[in-house]
Amino acid sequence: MTLLKDIRNSMPRDQVWPFLIEKRPPKIDASHRVLLYVEGLSVSFDGFKALNNLNLYIDDGELRCLIGANGAGKTTLMDVITGKTQPDEGEVWFGQTIDLLGKKEAEIAELGIGRKFQKPSVFEAQTVFANLELAMRMNKSIWPTLLARLNSAQSDRIAEVLGVIGLTEHSGLLAGALSHGQKQWLEIGMLLVADPRLLLIDEPVAGMTAQETERTAELLTSLAGEHTVVVVEHDMEFVRSIARTVTVLHQGAVLAEGSMQDVQNHPAVIEVYLGEDS
Amino acid sequence: MTSSALPAPLTGRVTALHELRARAPLFLAILFATTIAASLGNLLFPEDSLFHVSTYTITLLGKYLCYALLAMSVDVVWGYCGILSLGHGAFFTLGGYALGMYLMRQIGDRGVYGNPELPDFMVFLDWQELPWYWAGFDQFWIAALMVLLVPGLLAFVFGYLAFRSRVVGVYLSIMTQAMTYALMLGFFRNELGFGGNNGLTDFKDLLGYNLQADTTRVGLMFASAVALGLAYVISQWMMGSKLGRVIIAIRDDEARARFIGFRTENYKIWLFVYSALLAAIAGALYVPQVGIINPGEFSPVNSIEMVVWVAVGGRGTLYGAIIGAILVNYAKTRFTAIWPEAWLFALGALFVGVTVFLPQGIVGLFKNRLAGRAT
Ligand SMILES: Nc1ncnc2c1ncn2[C@@H]1O[C@H](COP(=O)(O)OP(=O)(O)OP(=O)(O)O)[C@@H](O)[C@H]1O
Ligand SMILES: [Mg+2]
Repeated sequence: MTLLKDIRNSMPRDQVWPFLIEKRPPKIDASHRVLLYVEGLSVSFDGFKALNNLNLYIDDGELRCLIGANGAGKTTLMDVITGKTQPDEGEVWFGQTIDLLGKKEAEIAELGIGRKFQKPSVFEAQTVFANLELAMRMNKSIWPTLLARLNSAQSDRIAEVLGVIGLTEHSGLLAGALSHGQKQWLEIGMLLVADPRLLLIDEPVAGMTAQETERTAELLTSLAGEHTVVVVEHDMEFVRSIARTVTVLHQGAVLAEGSMQDVQNHPAVIEVYLGEDS
Repeated sequence: MTSSALPAPLTGRVTALHELRARAPLFLAILFATTIAASLGNLLFPEDSLFHVSTYTITLLGKYLCYALLAMSVDVVWGYCGILSLGHGAFFTLGGYALGMYLMRQIGDRGVYGNPELPDFMVFLDWQELPWYWAGFDQFWIAALMVLLVPGLLAFVFGYLAFRSRVVGVYLSIMTQAMTYALMLGFFRNELGFGGNNGLTDFKDLLGYNLQADTTRVGLMFASAVALGLAYVISQWMMGSKLGRVIIAIRDDEARARFIGFRTENYKIWLFVYSALLAAIAGALYVPQVGIINPGEFSPVNSIEMVVWVAVGGRGTLYGAIIGAILVNYAKTRFTAIWPEAWLFALGALFVGVTVFLPQGIVGLFKNRLAGRAT
């Protein structure tokens, strides 16, 4: 009878087997206001320092603009945060408790960090709708994906995002057939359906018309608060229209930080920019 | 509205998945109409009848169906996920050997040496008893299990090592070639206990049915058709589901798929295992029909040939691979009857020709034609 007992003990009624429990991302603790800590970060490629002892703190709910000349290290910084590149030195924390270094890309995405790439990267051989469906926040392991059916809340969410990004009419079109600006919007839409806590957005308005740019600015400002948004952009007009705090990167380190006005009047920034111009 | 302004191939591909879904009934209808007609032609009509189908033709058809299943297994990984395996012959052949071992044990004391336990080649090598890994192969269900287990395990281990270390592209293809090449060298050795370069042959019966009988031949051919039909429906269902869209996303931009939260390595490993299982089943159905399995089947050239079938038919549609396998093998049967030495050159020329002129294969040609007429 001990066998029976063993079997019974292995199936306690008040518990669920661990593999049946749905995985939930750990709670992100931003109780000290800061959501993203980047400290002493250095990355070098063949001896060239793309990031050089960089420090950056992003508050929860903030909209932060990162600016800097070509090659300043903006994209590299995003690569490190999202797990694509491992740094030589430094630390990256998401909230108080989650160390991002050493984590894989998928794991970081699951924690709620979404990314839009500098070069629009959507799945061109698939429809606009499928692109959004793929990006949607849901269980991304194999079996659930095989059996996935969109429930009505999810379909509604996709329809809503399609509306926001102005692609409702194109939902059945292949993403490869979209214009450059529309691809940028689709990629932003892919971020929205994933509903991330932190959005890293690399050059969102490149290739957009003035009107599209304006709409993007509105969208990003409306996201801040509930989400935390970090935007890299070269278009100063655009930065001016959305920025509250601006961080200037130069040669892999922070050169200046503050409001747009502060930054523009900052002696170091003036020196670097004027120095480069002349 | 805006779609009419787009180039035809682009709009044509919008509905690729729907089209695929619509093709399943058509494909199954053609498959079973052909095989049932051929079976009846062989079993019911006398040899002098106009409707008679020879047993040779039945076996040839059965062989083509196995190749079609094999081609589909290559398409699943290459066409849908961009994993160019040049070693799928390994899974096919291992599946074939596993069933071949059962067929060897079925011979019993009817072999040349009349040993009830040991296959002829072991008696010839003066072995006294069966090696441990031959144990149980007199049971069909164990052999059938091994048909799936051994190739599946190999694919898992290979995939785990390769995909986890993020090996892609040419390097991956070379690794798959090396895998099948190594297996070939191993199986050529007599000491390994799989019959050396002669392989396994002289089979007598399967589950008690005489392998030479017409009814058995027809049955095996039909079993191949059922396997192909089932594999087609299952694969199509998989590729039409969200899983299929993830797999295509991995093919087109794996890094991006990672950044939206998919653990792409796992997807690739399990897709590779699934594909290996299809190839193994094809091998197991192939061996009783051709009556022999030897290490030559592991040869790298064979694995490359499979890729050519898929390229010729058209990647990423499943039915393209099937069409390619049947056409190329029909050409091969014809060609080698006339001028066997030149087949490899013809195959090479075919591959180059298709790559340059028909990147989407025969299927793509017809699709573009259709799309062109629509506009
Ligand atoms: N994988 C890599 N290998 C070698 N060098 C690299 C690599 N990635 C980036 N770099 C170099 O690191 C420096 C920083 O690049 P990064 O892409 O981060 O700049 P950026 O600020 O995003 O510039 P841009 O405004 O042009 O996008 C550049 O000089 C670049 O050439
Ligand atoms: Mg950049």
